[in-house]
Amino acid sequence: MLSKKEVAHIAKLARLGLSKKEIQKMQKDLSAILNYIEKLKEVNTKEVKPTSHPFALVNIMREDRARKESPERISQLIKLSPQREKGYIKVKSVWT
Amino acid sequence: MDLTNLTISQIHRGLLRKEFSAVELVQAFLQRIEREEKKIRAFITLSEESAITQAKKIDEMIFQGRELPLLGGVPAVIKDNILVEGLRCTAGSLILENYIAPYDAFVIKKLKSQGVIILGKANMDEFAIGSSGEYSAFGITRNPHDLERVPGGSSSGSAAAVSAQMACFALGSDTGGSIRLPASFCGVVGMKPTYGSVSRFGLIAMASSLDQIGPLTKTVEDNEIVFEAIKGKDPLDSTSVVPPLSLPKFQISDLKIGLPKEYFIEGINPEVRELINLTIKKFEELGAKIEEISLPHTKYALPTYYIIMTAEVSSNLARYDGIKYGFSIERGEKKNTFSLLDVYLQTREKGLGEEVRRRIMLGTYVLSAGYYEAYYLQAQKVRTLIRDDFRKAFEKVDIILTPVSPTPAFKIGEKIKDPLTMYLSDIFTVSLNLAGLPGISIPCGKIGKLPVGFQLIGKPFQEKMILEAGKIFERAYYEL
Repeated sequence: MLSKKEVAHIAKLARLGLSKKEIQKMQKDLSAILNYIEKLKEVNTKEVKPTSHPFALVNIMREDRARKESPERISQLIKLSPQREKGYIKVKSVWT
Repeated sequence: MDLTNLTISQIHRGLLRKEFSAVELVQAFLQRIEREEKKIRAFITLSEESAITQAKKIDEMIFQGRELPLLGGVPAVIKDNILVEGLRCTAGSLILENYIAPYDAFVIKKLKSQGVIILGKANMDEFAIGSSGEYSAFGITRNPHDLERVPGGSSSGSAAAVSAQMACFALGSDTGGSIRLPASFCGVVGMKPTYGSVSRFGLIAMASSLDQIGPLTKTVEDNEIVFEAIKGKDPLDSTSVVPPLSLPKFQISDLKIGLPKEYFIEGINPEVRELINLTIKKFEELGAKIEEISLPHTKYALPTYYIIMTAEVSSNLARYDGIKYGFSIERGEKKNTFSLLDVYLQTREKGLGEEVRRRIMLGTYVLSAGYYEAYYLQAQKVRTLIRDDFRKAFEKVDIILTPVSPTPAFKIGEKIKDPLTMYLSDIFTVSLNLAGLPGISIPCGKIGKLPVGFQLIGKPFQEKMILEAGKIFERAYYEL
C-alpha cells in the first residue's frame, strides 16, 4: 500500500491539487492498480529491446523553417490565455 | 424515404438524382436529433446553422452540375477531441469547457475538402479516458438500444449518434479500444486504423504512441469510404506514413483466419461466445480457412497498456496548466493573488475529473525516479514481445478474429466505482494499440436487444484486407 506521504509526493510532481479525502482514495485506488500491473515483473525481458513506436521509424526530418501565420491567427492563439500583455502570454514569476 | 437511414453511397446517388437536396437531408438529421437527443445525449455542441449553410453550398454545386465528391453533403458528427475551426472543442473536460478550436485537424481538412457536413461535436469520456462514456464532464451518453446501459467509450457520442441515426457517420479516436468497444456496444462498424495511417494533427493527445483517429459507420463499405478520405501522410504529424502500395487481389477462398486461443477464455459471456462461434462458422462457409494460433503474451497486454498509456497521459496532460488556454483560476476575480505553483495545483484540481487525475497520478508514479525501470521500461519491453507475438502469428495467417469485449453493454453505474473492473472491458482491444495494428468491430448479432460485435485484426497498413473480409461477411449476414 502506498503511504499518504508517497501519494502527496506524486501529486506534487504531477502539479495536481488533492484534498485530504482524495489522498486517501488515491492511496486505495493506486495501490489496487499497482498490484494488478505487478504481474509484468514475472516476464523475462533480459534480451528484449524496449518499443516506443510500433514501427520503429527513425529520424523523420523536415526543413527547419517556421511556418508563416497571419497576425490574426497569432492574436487568436494568444487570446486563449488568461493573462496577456502586448501580444505576449503573461506568466507568473517562478521565483518570488 | 427515411433519409437518416441511408448509407454514404445511397446519399450520393440520391443527391445526384435530385431525389432530395442536401438541405432536406440535413434537416432530416436535425429533426431526428431534436427527437432523440434528449434521451441519448450524444452531442456536446451542435452546429445547425453552419450545417445548413454548408448544405446550401452543396445544393448549389449540384445545381451547377459540378462534380460531387462521394462524401459531398454527407452529414457527420466529430468526436469532441478533434479540432474543427471555430467550434468549441472540450475533449469532454471542464478544463476546456470554453475552448474554441483555432484551426482544423488534418482529418477535418480532408473531410471538408470533400464537402462533408458537420452536424456537431460528439460526447466522450474526458480526454478519451474511459470505457463507458460515464467520465464525460458533460453528462452520460446512453445506449440507443437500451437507455439504462452505457454506449461504451470513450467515443460514446460518436457511436450512439450513428446508431440512433443522428448522423450518417462519425469520427472517433482509439487509444485502447475507444472506437471498437462503443461500436460493438451500439451495433455499428468502427475501425482503428494502423498507427500512422491517419494523421493525429489536431487530435487532442491522450497517449501519443497509441492514439489513432478512425471512422464509425453503419456499414463496412461506409467505413472504407471514410477511411480512404481521412488517411494519408501529413508533414505536421511525423509519425504518419505513406501507406505501402495496394494489396494483391482479395479472395475469400485464399483467406486464412487465425483464432488466438488466449482470446477464447473463460469469463466471456456464453452468449457472446455463441455469436462469435456463428461468425467463425459463417467465414468457414464462405470459404475462408480457420486456424488456431497463439499470442502467448496476451495476458500481459492490459498491465502493459496501463503503464504506457498512463505515463503518456501524465506527460500529455501537463499542458493543461492554466497558463496558455482553457480553464484557469487566473481568470477568476482573485487573479494575481496566486503563486505559480498555486495556479498549477488549483487549476488542475478544479478542471480535471476524477479518472483523469487517477491516471495522471499513476503515470507520474511509473515514470518517477526509482520506479521508471521496474514499470515503464519493463512495459516497453513487454510491448516488444506483444508486437512480436503478432508478427509470428501473421506469418501463418492473413487476419485474426476475436471478440471485441467479453460482455455486451453493461448498466450505467455498474463499473464506475471500481476502476479495475472498468479497465477489464478493454482486454481484447488494447493489444492492437500496443502493436500498432488495424482492427475493426463489426456487428454479428444481438443478445436480447443488445448488439455484439466481433473484431478483425490485420497486418500493419493492410486495412484493405480486414475491410474486404468484413464486407463479404456483412453481405452474407444481411442476406440471412
